Amino acid sequence: MIKIDIEKELHGASGAMNLEVNLEIKEGEFLAITGESGAGKSTLLRILAGLESSKGEIEVHGKSWNNLSIQKREIGFVFQEYGLFENMSVEQNLLYVAKDKTLAKELLATTELTNLKNRLPKTLSGGQKQRVALCRAFMKRPKLLLMDEPLSALNPTMRTNLQDEILILHKKFGTTTFMVSHDTSDIYRMASRVIVLELGKVVNNGTPKEVFSTNKSKISGEVLQINGESILLLVGEQLLELNYHADKIPKLGERITINTSL
Amino acid sequence: MDDILITLKNLDFTPFILSFKLAGITTFILFFIALPVAWRLSQSRSKIKPIIESFISLPIVLPPSVLGFYLLTVFDGTALNFSFIGLVIASCIYSLPFMTQPLQSGFESLNRSMIEASYIAGKSQLITLFKVVIPNTKPAILTAIIITFAHTIGEFGVVLMIGGSIPNETKVASIAIYEMHDSMEYLSAHIYSAIMLLISFMVLLSVYIFNHKQKYFKGVS
Repeated sequence: MIKIDIEKELHGASGAMNLEVNLEIKEGEFLAITGESGAGKSTLLRILAGLESSKGEIEVHGKSWNNLSIQKREIGFVFQEYGLFENMSVEQNLLYVAKDKTLAKELLATTELTNLKNRLPKTLSGGQKQRVALCRAFMKRPKLLLMDEPLSALNPTMRTNLQDEILILHKKFGTTTFMVSHDTSDIYRMASRVIVLELGKVVNNGTPKEVFSTNKSKISGEVLQINGESILLLVGEQLLELNYHADKIPKLGERITINTSL
Repeated sequence: MDDILITLKNLDFTPFILSFKLAGITTFILFFIALPVAWRLSQSRSKIKPIIESFISLPIVLPPSVLGFYLLTVFDGTALNFSFIGLVIASCIYSLPFMTQPLQSGFESLNRSMIEASYIAGKSQLITLFKVVIPNTKPAILTAIIITFAHTIGEFGVVLMIGGSIPNETKVASIAIYEMHDSMEYLSAHIYSAIMLLISFMVLLSVYIFNHKQKYFKGVS
């Protein structure tokens, strides 16, 4: 069991806010953290890793992590921008964490990187780099795997491949995993549970199905154009033209939610 | 023409050797002093950081005579005044910013997640510095070393005040040129100056060529 009860004052783009998270996560769970930019998602991960300080309690498998240094926390971290050691080959990146050649070999084989093990990171594609970062994160056999938008820089095909590989490794090692993501499909495919952060507070917590289906009869989007009684709405990446019959005419750029149930 | 040949033949090169010896020792010592300082500064978010940075950068703006005067006062009554060791100490202080600043900015420009990944891998600050930070900031380290070396060769004011002009001990090339001009040995002064000019240009050229190559290389990868 992992218990988190933390508080930290943040100075985001929208002014000062308080990050307040109180969570209990079962061992082996795959938790996705989602929410608008600046909601405190990455900060939460960084606090768990010990990269940032906070007030409160972090307890992992009955052991308090409050005064534990970054080095002693048993975590793996996958950064959005990879963070590979540029001076080391793929294999050396893994062995730097732990001199366990058998494990390195196994991880590289699982992620189909065996042929690239002697290459330097700068000669790899984004997807390959992120797979190396993923393997490196498992080298310590971590209790917690923390991933900060690991898939956001990748193209769709690469993304699906890496989703699979993350799931395979997650199953194999049974590592409790935290993943920050903006992408509903990533979360839906991978996570067993999802929390939604808004201005530092957890506003929704449940299975991906529960969390994302609550608004199934509603769609929200941004008003791009108003033409008399017709409006153009941007929903995700799609444009919807709707006839609008309401007392209050929406403003340009406003975010509105409409009921689609007939 | 014969004049030049005779002057060249009789030219005393010890001031040059002394200049290089001083610059080499200063650079060597400063590297080990500036490395931990630059590393700590690059990682620090402390409020006193600007104070320390300003203090280290003082020799850039301070007239060398001011530094020389204070050092003479501190060295007073010791054997350090007008000695080679005194010169080394003075040069280390005078060239400190030229070593610290390139190192610090090199460390600061390093991808933060690389350093954090090393800590997460369980490695201490020291191991991270030697295994990750230094190997990935080689251009900055090379720039710092060459600039410090070149700057120490180019010293004049502090060297004049602290070292005086004792042959084979503190009479470095820049002082020798000054004295030659003073005693109207213009031909020797010309030759010395031309050598200094050439060395300085070559040093700067090598730094710029190296940096240019690094940038180009980074651009294609």
